[in-house]
Amino acid sequence: MDLSFSENDIAFRDEVRSYLADNLPTAMTEAVRKGGELTKEMMEEWHAILQRKGWLATIWPKEYGGPGWTPVQRHIFEEECCRAYAPRIVPFGLNMLGPVLIEFGTQAQKEYYLPRILSGEDWWCQGYSEPGAGSDLASLKTRAVRDGDHWVINGQKTWTTLGQHADKIFCLCRTDPEAKQQQGISFILVDMNTPGIEVRPIRLIEGGHEVNEVFFTDVRVPAENLVGEENKGWTIAKFLLTHERTGIAGVGFSMQSLEEVKALARKIRRGGKRLIDDPLFAARIAQAEVDLEAMKITNLRMLFKAQQQGAPGPETSILKIKGTVIHQELKDLARRALGPVAAPFPGYLAEGNIMFGPDGTEHNAARYFNNRKTSIFGGSNEIQRNILSKAALEL
Amino acid sequence: MDFNLTEDRQMLADSLNRYLGDKYPVEHRNAVAYDLPCHDDGKWAELAELGALFALSPESAGGFGGTGFDIAVVFEALGRTLCPEPMLGAAMAARILTALEQDQEALLSGATKYAVALAEVDAPYDLQAMECSAVAQGDGHALTGRKTSVYGGQVADVFLVAAMLNGAPALFSVQAAAAQVVGYPMMDGAGAAELLLDGTPAQLLAADAGAIIADAVNAGIVALCAEAVGVMDVVHATTVDYLKTRKQFGVPIGKFQVLQHRAVDMLTEIEQARSITIKAASELGGPDAGRFASMAKNMIGRAGRLVAEEAIQMHGGIAMTWEYPVSHYAKRLIMLDAQLGDTDYHLSRVMADLAA
Ligand SMILES: Cc1cc2nc3c(=O)[nH]c(=O)nc-3n(C[C@H](O)[C@H](O)[C@H](O)COP(=O)(O)OP(=O)(O)OC[C@H]3O[C@@H](n4cnc5c(N)ncnc54)[C@H](O)[C@@H]3O)c2cc1C
Repeated sequence: MDLSFSENDIAFRDEVRSYLADNLPTAMTEAVRKGGELTKEMMEEWHAILQRKGWLATIWPKEYGGPGWTPVQRHIFEEECCRAYAPRIVPFGLNMLGPVLIEFGTQAQKEYYLPRILSGEDWWCQGYSEPGAGSDLASLKTRAVRDGDHWVINGQKTWTTLGQHADKIFCLCRTDPEAKQQQGISFILVDMNTPGIEVRPIRLIEGGHEVNEVFFTDVRVPAENLVGEENKGWTIAKFLLTHERTGIAGVGFSMQSLEEVKALARKIRRGGKRLIDDPLFAARIAQAEVDLEAMKITNLRMLFKAQQQGAPGPETSILKIKGTVIHQELKDLARRALGPVAAPFPGYLAEGNIMFGPDGTEHNAARYFNNRKTSIFGGSNEIQRNILSKAALEL
Repeated sequence: MDFNLTEDRQMLADSLNRYLGDKYPVEHRNAVAYDLPCHDDGKWAELAELGALFALSPESAGGFGGTGFDIAVVFEALGRTLCPEPMLGAAMAARILTALEQDQEALLSGATKYAVALAEVDAPYDLQAMECSAVAQGDGHALTGRKTSVYGGQVADVFLVAAMLNGAPALFSVQAAAAQVVGYPMMDGAGAAELLLDGTPAQLLAADAGAIIADAVNAGIVALCAEAVGVMDVVHATTVDYLKTRKQFGVPIGKFQVLQHRAVDMLTEIEQARSITIKAASELGGPDAGRFASMAKNMIGRAGRLVAEEAIQMHGGIAMTWEYPVSHYAKRLIMLDAQLGDTDYHLSRVMADLAA
């Protein structure tokens, strides 16, 4: 047993660190630290900065423009990005559709779409969930009917993250209503500018706009936008789920949050003492730190196994369940630390022109509420437990 | 032993629930909340007419209630509809004015709105450490310092302010017009204000007011706990209803045993929270009021978080939306913890009793 990174990995880490130090704009790290929503321009600029170095499509094979990293290198990269307060990568084109096209796409699809993802020309969003099809995704109803050289799509997608910025959406559509649920689904690429598409915002609990409803009324899509075989979309959906799992534990984000909470607890004063000297609050931080230290190793153990065996197994669901719970706990602490000072609705603070909490804590309560999503999406934590009990424990 | 409400209190509860259900439904509530002034003057007057304010003080002070149970009845009803009106300040101010045998007709009729300013940025819960201070000036006093998170302060006419006078906490009254008041809506939709005092003229109500302030805080805690119970009851009922109607995998999700058990765990915690709130209400004004108020606030903090988080989780994405009322109920439950002392603060007070 040896928990240390190899010399190569350490050299790689230093390279990542210095690239980030030289190229990550301060305006971006400031925006990330503040915890508000990032602008579309900022996200695009960050993608471009990474693409210049060839570090954007981290999970693509080299021949398609990926950096050809090992899972451990990818992990190091993600961790360093969090350390540096880099924005998150928008995953839909890069981590979801890209691998799907590489695995299932035609030559023409690869040649057309992949470079446009790398260049930022196409912003993709994910059209899976529907009002009636969440955890039970295979019950989806959005219908695609073949009409000559086109698919005609009718139905509704929902929870479409950042769909308001998107140029294109990849959709799971029902193409054979007679077949058994999983067998009548196809994976279709749709241009958001096609007539008949309407995007409506959904306002989230904390007031932000990051998800949307997308309505399809007689939307005509060229037949060649089908990916893989007709009625075999479920295979693609399942393949994609395994890719959604990279960085699923969110260890880097939790480390970031832990440091923030510690700094906050040192800064905040309660009754003449620092908050961190309050044994009850300190116990909460320490408890989260213990969990996170264990999670770092659990994460690495699973990475190591995936690197040896080639593919992640069902036990990666452990990373999703525990990783999200730890991160949510840390977001709770960041809000709790501020006490009543976390209460003002963000956005009003500037108007009064008076400070509430320490710098950059204005969104702490909002972030806590927003982060409740992480145990719901990407396969809820209940669904992850179902996967584990079936696939890993065979119960 | 009798855990039933008296007939009078039951009538008050029924009429408040009916009024708020009809006149302050969630659509109206959300239109009033989240934007200054976070207050509907007409509805406030109607609530006062129904006796919501008179219930906060005893007959000797011009009201018709004033016990912990009276306060709890009013606030549980407010919680059920997430009413954002500045009632907490009224309840605490009524307590203070009653203790001081001061006239409170204008408070109880709703004509004058009161807010109670205790917390400070560096002393949000433990008032021993407050820094806001008073000096004698002419016939009265002048206050300097900043009071934070003054609930209802955004619309208050009068502030009852705690400040240090000769090394002891004292109570003053400050006219809103005389001070700098920075109002804002809070995360949970209700309003508050920062009260910025800079040699601001104030009238001394009581020097050495530690006991009066503590009693007002205990009353405020009973109010908040009862409000939370009202909020939790609605959240739980809505969640159970959703479990019965939302279908996935061809069955109502309430058929999944893991969700059944968690709905039962929520219920268990809510019943415990209700019990300790009843206990705290019954002790209000007595020698152990602080201890049981602390127990209640600690329990409510824990139960509130569980209920809020589980309600969202068991609903799935829908409860993450502004449009679905559970999200607003969850915000209220979570933010309520930071009012008048959080889970840890009140646990530390119970812990202190262990050593005594
Ligand atoms: C902020 C946010 C962003 C999202 N972004 C996207 C996106 O970009 N694209 C996209 O397609 N989707 C997206 N989603 C949708 C997300 O994938 C769904 O919310 C998720 O699949 C859960 O579905 P649901 O919300 O309909 O909940 P439901 O499936 O109705 O579940 C409700 C509750 O029942 C539980 N449950 C369901 N089935 C079982 C079972 N068999 N056993 C035990 N418990 C069960 C769930 O765990 C949950 O607690 C997003 C969601 C959110 C909240």
